[in-house]
Amino acid sequence: MTKKFGGWTAALLLALHAGAVSAAYQLNLTPGVTKATQIIYDLHNLMMWIILVIFVGVFSVMFWSVYAHRKSQGHKAASFHENTTVELIWTIVPVFILIGMAWPATKSLLDIRNTSSPDMTIKVTGYQWKWGYDYLKGEGEGISFMSQLSTPQDQITGAAPKGEHYLLETDTHVVVPVGKKVRVLTTASDVIHAWFVPALGVKQDAIPGFVRDTWFKAEKEGIYRGQCAELCGKDHGFMPIVVEVVSAEKYSAWVADQKKAMAAAADDPDKKWELADLKARGEKVYAANCVVCHQQNGQGIKGSFPALEGSKIATGPVGAHIDMVLKGKASTAMAAFGKQLSDTEIAAVVTYERNSWGNKTGTVVQPSDVKAARK
Amino acid sequence: MSAVIDNHGHAHGGAHDDHGDHGHHPSGLMRWVTTTNHKDIGTMYLWFSFAMFLVGGVMAMVIRAELFQPGMQIVSPEFFNSMTTYHGLIMVFGAIMPAFVGFANWQIPLMIGAPDMAFPRMNNWSFWLLPPAAILLVSSFLVPGGGAGVGWTMYAPLTTQMGPGMDLTIFAVHLLGMSSIMGSINIITTILNLRAPGMTLMKMPLFVWTWLITAYLLVASMPVLAGAVTMTLTDRHFGTSFFNAAGGGDPVLYQHIFWFFGHPEVYIIAIPAFGVISQVIPAFSRKPLFGYASMVYATSSIAILSFMVWAHHMYVVGMPVAGQLYFMYATMLIAVPTGVKVFNWVATMWKGSLSFETPMLFALGFLFLFTLGGFTGLVLSLTSVDVQLQDTYYVVAHFHYVMVAGALFSAFAGVYFWFPKWTGKMYDETLGKIHFWLSLIFFNITFFVQHFLGLAGMPRRIPDYNLQFVEFNQISSIGAFGFGLSQLLFLYIIIKAIKSGEKAPQLPWDGADTLEWTHLPTPAPYHTFENPPFVK
Repeated sequence: MTKKFGGWTAALLLALHAGAVSAAYQLNLTPGVTKATQIIYDLHNLMMWIILVIFVGVFSVMFWSVYAHRKSQGHKAASFHENTTVELIWTIVPVFILIGMAWPATKSLLDIRNTSSPDMTIKVTGYQWKWGYDYLKGEGEGISFMSQLSTPQDQITGAAPKGEHYLLETDTHVVVPVGKKVRVLTTASDVIHAWFVPALGVKQDAIPGFVRDTWFKAEKEGIYRGQCAELCGKDHGFMPIVVEVVSAEKYSAWVADQKKAMAAAADDPDKKWELADLKARGEKVYAANCVVCHQQNGQGIKGSFPALEGSKIATGPVGAHIDMVLKGKASTAMAAFGKQLSDTEIAAVVTYERNSWGNKTGTVVQPSDVKAARK
Repeated sequence: MSAVIDNHGHAHGGAHDDHGDHGHHPSGLMRWVTTTNHKDIGTMYLWFSFAMFLVGGVMAMVIRAELFQPGMQIVSPEFFNSMTTYHGLIMVFGAIMPAFVGFANWQIPLMIGAPDMAFPRMNNWSFWLLPPAAILLVSSFLVPGGGAGVGWTMYAPLTTQMGPGMDLTIFAVHLLGMSSIMGSINIITTILNLRAPGMTLMKMPLFVWTWLITAYLLVASMPVLAGAVTMTLTDRHFGTSFFNAAGGGDPVLYQHIFWFFGHPEVYIIAIPAFGVISQVIPAFSRKPLFGYASMVYATSSIAILSFMVWAHHMYVVGMPVAGQLYFMYATMLIAVPTGVKVFNWVATMWKGSLSFETPMLFALGFLFLFTLGGFTGLVLSLTSVDVQLQDTYYVVAHFHYVMVAGALFSAFAGVYFWFPKWTGKMYDETLGKIHFWLSLIFFNITFFVQHFLGLAGMPRRIPDYNLQFVEFNQISSIGAFGFGLSQLLFLYIIIKAIKSGEKAPQLPWDGADTLEWTHLPTPAPYHTFENPPFVK
């Protein structure tokens, strides 16, 4: 408690001494690593100066009045209550101040919104609660992966100490080359999300059924972190974004690695699987896609997300189960995984769900079954 | 001005009514259920709003307790989401709006010399729609799936994923909207038709003007909200696709409709608050309001502009640049009439004879902090800066400066100011001042640091955060607990004053010069102005 007390007293002191800014007590916008963040940072500072001047002007008058025109000091009230000239002055002068603000604001906006002639294009898709990335154009075209929170659960519950990048770390990074204009297309598969990376000066809503765009050109290598910025349900606070800006050579190397990895990971869709192998694979798919709602123990969250153990779908006819995973359930958080997962992955996760916890159906779903169900 | 007060300082008109000789109205609980008296209804509105303020306040405490430390300690993420949702809905629709309708009910007839509201029975119904709405809102926590975790803005399509709690919330919003519309019709009719002889529109106290303008805003905007939530309801249950892209709809359409209501709503809350402040500051400056006519024009301009700026809440949905520029310019323009109001209030104080009783302290707190909220609004109006700040804690800080330090402080100022007139008792001035200073200090501890969180990029509506945000969140939570506890002091002050407060003098504030102070006894009797006064 003493430590906490010390903590916030120190914070108050720091806030008073605005000069002393540590990373933990950041008092201003991030200067960022793009031209856009620099423009925004400068515009915001300019605004703060203008506001400070108006603030001091208005409130020095008010506090002078509070100090000097007190009844307890014997001050007698004047009786004036109208002056058209004064009213006109304090209507017109602010208009000119606002025009003075609007000019740089307009210029900055036109700079920031210009998404033309990008060097590469990445499509970002928001899912509950992870991000999907597809490199559409430029070097790396065809790379496609999911990215989700990698902070372990026991850090969140407090069972383990929290790391430096607590809640701002992901299993895969969005890697982009330094100094290249990257156009970002945003969309979503379920509800509205927003792709927000402060150091890149980018925030764009990702809207299901529509594509929006924004862009950034990082001028410094490094790792930049952000979060979903639009309430998207239960785990809105747990779908971070990590962008890794690297040199052109490193980027080329990364692209080559990714292509190799993708080729290696591609499953033979006609392979016949054994139950144990499929279940092991399914456990991984379950952990990556299903566990946030249906939980590790398959019990779901009462009232919000149904249990899978003993459920009609997970123990009933297999066709309905595959359908549910492929197409989702309208008007619920149950997403259609058909576009996110391969036939093998869906076969694996369905098999896992039908043969885990108390579910003992013994069903083995083969990728070919899923392929058939897609039609 | 003091000469005017001397002329009218003695009570007359209706004092003989204060004997309960109108025996045909029921007593006990049925008095309150069946009452058509504007004072009873005003009192019920105020108590209702205070009760909801406590409920919404407890939710805020849950939010701040969870955010006191990083990691998930107290609630689950989905419960946290429902806390932010109902905290917002209850504070906006259950606490702040009914509080000012309570002021309107009590004060408008007294200030314009009318015997009651124009439609007393509808007035009863407008109030009695509120408790069922509150019950619907709160009971959504008891149905399967619990309260809806969608934010008070209820954005589609997240709303389609929620359980039946969402439907209860939608019906509650319908009821609240009906109540507001009926209340507004009543207020407009009362002000336009029941003014005392001689009281022209431009002689009305500014509080009455602000409510006339607010009532028009309500009538124009509440049906839009009702439409938005009804479309949500049919999207949820009846297969429509207003907000579903797969069926040809558009999720962003919901936001346009919601904010077409939502931005006027901000002024529905703020404008009556301006009205209270415009009564309190002249009274304690002992000097007439500076620039009365320009205040009326400025308030009207704010109201009209409020319908033209809605999409500044949506700068990052992906509007065309031309749209962003238009909404930026229109939004910046609101600073002009708002500035005029602030300048007029300061000019009213200038060369006055100021004293600082509790109502004046809250009014000054309002003036200072509301202006800060206005400044951050100006920062947010700049589209490019908003790209960094939209949906961060900066926005949370901004609107709490406007809603709490603005509307709530103004409501406190109004309660302390009119309490002697309503009850005939004085509150404890020392405790009132302590209430003010505690509220002021804890408010700023809570919300000032949230600007820094937002600037550093902490999104709003998240139950857990990175370690870089720890310190300011802890400061904010400590401030919030202090602010919450300070409001229990307010409850104590009010109950103490009602039970054992000193008898209020006829004119407790020597600078107050509106009809309720000059033409009526203190406390105001049950029936007033049965014979209208003549206003010179």
